[in-house]
Amino acid sequence: MTTLTPILSQNWDRPDSFTIDGYRATGGYDSLRKALAMDPDSIVDLVKQSGLRGRGGAGFPTGMKWGFLPKDNPNPRYLVVNADESEPGTCKDIPLMLANPHVLVEGVAIASYAIKSNQAFIYVRGEVVHVIRRLRQAVADAYEAGLLGKDILGSGFDLDVVVHAGAGAYICGEETALLDSLEGYRGQPRLKPPFPAVAGLYASPTVVNNVESIASVPGIVANGAEWFTSMGTEKSAGFGFFSLSGHVTNPGQYEAPLGITLRELLDMAGGIREGHQLKFWTPGGSSTPIFTEEHLDTPLDFESVGAAGSMLGTRALQIFDETTCVVRAVGRWISFYAHESCGKCTPCREGNFWMVQVLDRLERGEGTEADIDKLLQICDNLLGRSFCALGDGATSPVMSSIKHFRQEYVDHFEKGGCPFDHSRSTVWADRPTTEEGGNQ
Amino acid sequence: MSEHNENNPEETPEVFTDEVVARLEQDAKEVISRYPKPRSALLPLLHLVQSEEGHVSKAGMQFCADQLDLTLAEVKAVATFYTMYRREPGGDYQVGVCTNTLCAVMGGDEIFSALKEHLDVANAETTGDGKVTLEHVECNAACDFAPVVMVNWEFFDNQTPATAKQLVDDLRLGRDVAPTRGPASLCTWKQASRVLAGFDDGRAGEGVQAAGPSLAGLELARRKGWSAPDPADLPIREQGEEGSK
Repeated sequence: MTTLTPILSQNWDRPDSFTIDGYRATGGYDSLRKALAMDPDSIVDLVKQSGLRGRGGAGFPTGMKWGFLPKDNPNPRYLVVNADESEPGTCKDIPLMLANPHVLVEGVAIASYAIKSNQAFIYVRGEVVHVIRRLRQAVADAYEAGLLGKDILGSGFDLDVVVHAGAGAYICGEETALLDSLEGYRGQPRLKPPFPAVAGLYASPTVVNNVESIASVPGIVANGAEWFTSMGTEKSAGFGFFSLSGHVTNPGQYEAPLGITLRELLDMAGGIREGHQLKFWTPGGSSTPIFTEEHLDTPLDFESVGAAGSMLGTRALQIFDETTCVVRAVGRWISFYAHESCGKCTPCREGNFWMVQVLDRLERGEGTEADIDKLLQICDNLLGRSFCALGDGATSPVMSSIKHFRQEYVDHFEKGGCPFDHSRSTVWADRPTTEEGGNQ
Repeated sequence: MSEHNENNPEETPEVFTDEVVARLEQDAKEVISRYPKPRSALLPLLHLVQSEEGHVSKAGMQFCADQLDLTLAEVKAVATFYTMYRREPGGDYQVGVCTNTLCAVMGGDEIFSALKEHLDVANAETTGDGKVTLEHVECNAACDFAPVVMVNWEFFDNQTPATAKQLVDDLRLGRDVAPTRGPASLCTWKQASRVLAGFDDGRAGEGVQAAGPSLAGLELARRKGWSAPDPADLPIREQGEEGSK
């Protein structure tokens, strides 16, 4: 049986967990001291050995990313933390930065030292004002304590860290769009190559890492690569947040080794809400093809989820029970992708626009069998045909929902409307009527 | 927008007054100094001008352009790309109901409908008293607290139509309102914009460190006695394809 491994969330039940004193009381910044006594390259090697893979969804090996920075480029190097958490269903980095911003700051300092960068940025989405306050305070307190700034802990290493607030654009979670945004432009993805390691921020060598990836580094430095690989699977080492939301008894953050299953997580979270059954779920956000109950025992690691036809993504487990209309759910996601498409690439901009029209028609019961094929045809013209993965992500819920629930699409136009009572899906649907009486 | 304006009274001024420029220039210098290249300060500067007027006006964009030696068109191209910049004046409190799939299914749609009816406004409209601008928003990374309502980008978790209506009533009556995970009381839209521009309001220490669902896994682990492996006593792992990592 897999059990939980609270590491980044270990101190979250301390009321002062977000303060520098609270963080130091639980060993905070000891890893930075240890790292500054090491050779930078040996830290890169350590992270490579740990097998840490990017926690922002793509799963690229973090140490390898660090190792890609060219040795002969004379320009300054930058570390940019992607804290633009916006993928629907994903809700791990925000509570982490609210409760424990210093573990991210410590990770930033260690990672910057390892890649020989003297300037780091934390690009956080703008729609979370209190998280931005906490991050800025953590950075200011770390400067005050000599943990950032000039000659950190007497090591001779200098580092400046800027907390930068975005302004509302999902696309800026894509690393090259994020860099354009950080440079003061519209957030539109760049064509790769060149990759950010070669030409990133201000065309300089740049590492872009997710919050949880960077926050995992202090633990690896403190406890070693073998400690990290003692959790998880052969190729998906370590731990991560599994964020359960939706029709589950106890939604929330469950920090566990990669490879845990939804069946195990649901047992821990009290199961599907009482009196209901699992219908479909996303393993890692809306951009990952949906799963059903047949995938309850799929190990949630990069390889197993991929082999089962989806992606581990951000481990954002959105759980929907039998009251949920899959056509409505998918339609809403596609409205999101259409709204958030930056407009640079025609397949994504136009494809999502037209999918919204077709899905709306289907949901209203005014569609036809040809509309279902039309959706698949649009997906075929979208997938793999744009600069970035936003458009690819949009095809995931459409194609997977038609694969698993084609009959439900048909039911809509055969019955001339949505066969579901949406009020039954709400969190208050099964509560005593007095509580919400008079509101509906 | 003075009654004495000889031009169209709906038309906003083209530039800030000298007093505003003098004051904001100090702030702008500080923001620009944080970055290796000045243009990186554009998003924070747009938040800054929004903190002055409550929205990003032509005068605000012109101010940004002047500070960064950009054209008005270059600034406008950026300002109109990002959804957090209001292009028109709005209320003191921006109430955003998440209607992305997860929150919508859990009741966000019902909350949004209830508020539209209760406030008698449509999406992106402001109440007659100028207090509340209602809009639907995209996923705000609090799905385990669904359905979620954001006010001036602070979290109001686990809402229902009844609690959301009470919330907007309280905002309109000027009663104290506290986010579920945020400062002890709510800032106005302009004050929040100033924080986003990079100016601290000294309130980082207020509010809870974590709540409810954020602690679900940790509390369960504590009850069950589960923890991460002890680095001094690691479980023996099979020596399979270790080298292939």
